[in-house]
Amino acid sequence: MCLAIPGKLVKKEGEIGTVDFGGIAKDIALNFVPEAKPGDWLIVHTGFALNIISEKDARETIALIREAYG
Amino acid sequence: MDSRSYRDPALMSALTTCLQDWEKPVSIMEVCGSHTMAIGRWGIRKLLPSSIRLLSGPGCPVCVTPMSMIDQLAGLKDVTIATFGDLIRVPGERISLEKARAQGLDVQIIYSPLEALKIARKRKTILAGIGFETTIPGIAQTVLEAERQGISDFYVYPAFKLIPPALKALLKINNSIDGFILPGHVSVIIGARAYRFLPRDFGRGGVITGFEPVDIMLAISRLLKQLKNGDCKIENEYSRVVNERGNNKAQDIIYKVFQPERALWRGLGWLENSGLGFKPAYERFDARLVFSLPPLEDYIKSGCRCPDVLRGVIIPSECPLFGSNCNPAHPLGSCMVSSEGSCAAYFKYERNSNEC
Ligand code: SF4
Repeated sequence: MCLAIPGKLVKKEGEIGTVDFGGIAKDIALNFVPEAKPGDWLIVHTGFALNIISEKDARETIALIREAYG
Repeated sequence: MDSRSYRDPALMSALTTCLQDWEKPVSIMEVCGSHTMAIGRWGIRKLLPSSIRLLSGPGCPVCVTPMSMIDQLAGLKDVTIATFGDLIRVPGERISLEKARAQGLDVQIIYSPLEALKIARKRKTILAGIGFETTIPGIAQTVLEAERQGISDFYVYPAFKLIPPALKALLKINNSIDGFILPGHVSVIIGARAYRFLPRDFGRGGVITGFEPVDIMLAISRLLKQLKNGDCKIENEYSRVVNERGNNKAQDIIYKVFQPERALWRGLGWLENSGLGFKPAYERFDARLVFSLPPLEDYIKSGCRCPDVLRGVIIPSECPLFGSNCNPAHPLGSCMVSSEGSCAAYFKYERNSNEC
């Protein structure tokens, strides 16, 4: 029940954003991420964006894992 | 974002090889229903040597919701019950919400708590407030919206649960757990620092991780490394989503509306400060007060071993009713109902495996 899914913020009007989940657009509340701007990736749960996701961190993590185990 | 690298077969096989030599028996617990499902779905247990035992703790909100809450909601009249879909099939002592709906109660499944607010514009509505730190901020924000929009017929039954107090209680009941795979999306809100008490007060380590196979294998391998080196700590493997402090804005909104209170966990009993109730300023939204509902009671169907499953004392297949008298079509406990429940996940993915 705690699963949150990533989507890309495409439009922002006040505290409501349009988030694209692989082709499906949904209105999402941005109250917890007021700093989010179009183009940001968000992690979304029950209609609320919980945080901005760092694509850079994702890439860095994978590079580090590869170095250690790959 | 490309998540394929976190499923990379070459990386998985390298990680699997690294874990094969582990000999000393260890128990690692995950406390997140989505991790339970991911471990089953990706067949992680089959990749591990038999010395590594993976346990599922109280990580599924539906599974730790007392059955008496369902009976209370199902017994109400002239009110709409808005609920997340997972809860509807959970058996109460008497009845499930699904059956109550067939008998005429208006039960609406919602995806977002904001939908409950829309329903409350037309009808008196109670939102079944279940969930962990991931779900609570959205419900708190919905209460603030109800106040702002002057919606008077919206109520919440607060049956929220907090993960850190549950981990503390769990380690007091069952100290054979050696380390934790910590929840990804609860941690988005509370941050990695919320688990510092684990190494400090209990000498246990934990790794916050994501839901891809590489994430899970990496968390296990890091926990084993901690155990080997005698260096228990909190590590964050999910830094692409989780940071040290969590989301302060969401935390502020939670604690604007709610305050800690003792909560009844199905199978674990009453745990101090492990839930949230309304602050006095928002009490008018509390369904328990408005509808004069009595305190919850813990009730477990005879023979159901959910309390032991939730404490990590047994794995689901060790329950004598597993698969026979209890299965997803005829569940005896909520651990078999929710797709994230450990019994349901075992039934779906691991029933025929010797490993479990
Ligand atoms: S298998 Fe069924 S009866 Fe046994 S612990 Fe799980 S839910 Fe309860």
